[in-house]
Amino acid sequence: MSKRLQGIITPIIAVLLGIIVGTIIMLVSGYNPISAYNALWNGAFGEVYYFGEVVRQVTPYILAGLAVAFAFRVGLFNIGVEGQFIVGWLAAVWVGTSFDLPKIIHLPLAIIAATVAGALWAYIPGLLKARLRVHEVIVTIMLNYTALHVSNYLIKNVLTNHKDRTGMIKESASLRSDWLQSITDYSRLHWGIIIAVICCFIMWFLLERTTKGFELRAVGFNQDAAQYAGMNVNRTIILSMVISGAFAGLAGAMDGLGTFGYVTVKSGFTGVGFDGIAIALLGGNTALGVFFSAILFGALKVGALNMPLEAGVPNELVDIIIALIVFFVASSYIIRVVLNRFGKKDVK
Amino acid sequence: MSLMEILIIVVPSTLLWAAPLIFTALGGIFSERSGVVNIGLEGLMLIGAFTSIVFNLTFVGTFGNATPWVALIVAMAAGALFSLIHAVAAITFRADHTVSGVAINLLAAGLCMFLVKQMYGKGETAIISKGFNKIDIPVLKDIPIIGKIFFQDTYWTSFLAIIVAIFAWYIIFKTPFGLRLRSVGEHPMAADTMGINVTKMRYLGVIISGALGGIGGAIYAQSIANNFSHATISGQGFMALAAMIFGKWNPLGALGAGIFFGFAQSISIIGSSLPFLKDIPNVYLLIAPYVLTILALTGFIGRAEAPKADGTHYIKGGR
Repeated sequence: MSKRLQGIITPIIAVLLGIIVGTIIMLVSGYNPISAYNALWNGAFGEVYYFGEVVRQVTPYILAGLAVAFAFRVGLFNIGVEGQFIVGWLAAVWVGTSFDLPKIIHLPLAIIAATVAGALWAYIPGLLKARLRVHEVIVTIMLNYTALHVSNYLIKNVLTNHKDRTGMIKESASLRSDWLQSITDYSRLHWGIIIAVICCFIMWFLLERTTKGFELRAVGFNQDAAQYAGMNVNRTIILSMVISGAFAGLAGAMDGLGTFGYVTVKSGFTGVGFDGIAIALLGGNTALGVFFSAILFGALKVGALNMPLEAGVPNELVDIIIALIVFFVASSYIIRVVLNRFGKKDVK
Repeated sequence: MSLMEILIIVVPSTLLWAAPLIFTALGGIFSERSGVVNIGLEGLMLIGAFTSIVFNLTFVGTFGNATPWVALIVAMAAGALFSLIHAVAAITFRADHTVSGVAINLLAAGLCMFLVKQMYGKGETAIISKGFNKIDIPVLKDIPIIGKIFFQDTYWTSFLAIIVAIFAWYIIFKTPFGLRLRSVGEHPMAADTMGINVTKMRYLGVIISGALGGIGGAIYAQSIANNFSHATISGQGFMALAAMIFGKWNPLGALGAGIFFGFAQSISIIGSSLPFLKDIPNVYLLIAPYVLTILALTGFIGRAEAPKADGTHYIKGGR
């Protein structure tokens, strides 16, 4: 079986296995899987409102997935997307609430602020990895919590006067669109999806069609070989973390400027960053793959909210299925072994 | 407020918050010393917390005052069982350890909330009636000064954590089992050549980490949270991970780090009632464990180095 075909079949098998185990869990705990999946489908695509919400959810998912995938391609594991997402969200709302500018300047400024904030937050682990060989996984995890607590502190003490929620951003910094909302029965759909799709293209172009992208991939394949070929490995590592963080910060801007228009004190993580890991893995760390798997996860997440209402099944079932999919994608070694075994039988 | 009064408030509270961190960090050490990265500590704590609360609520009539202790053992077993998923994925299926750990966290969070809703019909359980209570340690409480600070109004679990940490240090550094565990994490091929079963040792490392993580979660749930909801365990496991690194993968180091992080956590909650601490913004105490861990990794506070083969797969015949 060719590598390319395997690369497509393995994630599909992982998704199927995830759904099968999810079904078994429902059967064991006494729920009706058919009505649950039916409710899931209706909750994602049954009405135009739900469809708008799915696209709304897919927007930050694409960007978070791209952030994780981009770092993965360079051989780095950015678990810190969650933290970069939070600082991006904060920065976007900060700029969105505190200036009065024409839309043509204000909106890009808020988006850029979020991008830069995410990039800077990811610059720390990148720098530590490049200069001191500190493992980026631990640093990014620690920075997630640092981001959470610092942003809560800033919201309470700097952006507001001991409140749990900032005011709405100015209209001139908003990504919202009355037209998009009206055609989707007043969902929270906003223009961000266009930015997310453009970013997919940017990632593909950057990695596959530029010299810098070649260097980034080369470092991901083999650092020593890249070094020997005269590439600056340290600079490439930092650059990849910065770009990854920029995508994550941008994802934060989508929620800050589009979906919500404000930022609240959070008791825990939003989960977008961690879902981004699942999305990147399932998408094989390519731009196109991330796009499709973000749609799948977005539909699952939004559709799940309909499951308790229509079928009485807790929506956490979808979280279980997502976790299982991650497991099966991560364990793709064993799926490949099984596939190869079947493949060999066919040859005989 | 005199120093004595402050210590009487701060010390028991520090030890209370430290106990779950110490247990879970010790779990992380067993796993990582065998060469399996365990980001899933948070998920293992979740399973422990969930199991102990459900068991406590269900069987409180049967076991009476012993309920939290029996629940602790059940949670230990549940944690060990759940960690098998990580072991199978990371060791046998050669999954990336970090990815599998992330999946453990996602799975535990989803599964526990799913089951809570299925069993109780709402997003949180009732509050348990018999948790770990404040106690005075007999005999020791009568020691002047020290007795009052350390052994009155405190918890058995805190002292259990300290004893287990010392015991874990002995096992890892002074027994044949510990030597094998470490050798598998440092250089699996050399260990294999010497006839040590690498796979078995790694499985044991992960299962022990699951058992200890389960205990950590159960202690947190039954002495601090007292019920189970989506916010019961939020970041405790990652803080334990930080304690493990800050303690340089050494049980005694993790003990010290756990107590220190427990101090930071308890101060962030009770600090407002203490004189010279109420002026410090909470945020510094909240981020202290994480920032200090980063500094420890960069070498500003003595460089922390992971076991050599941490996070790698051992493939027989590979090079």
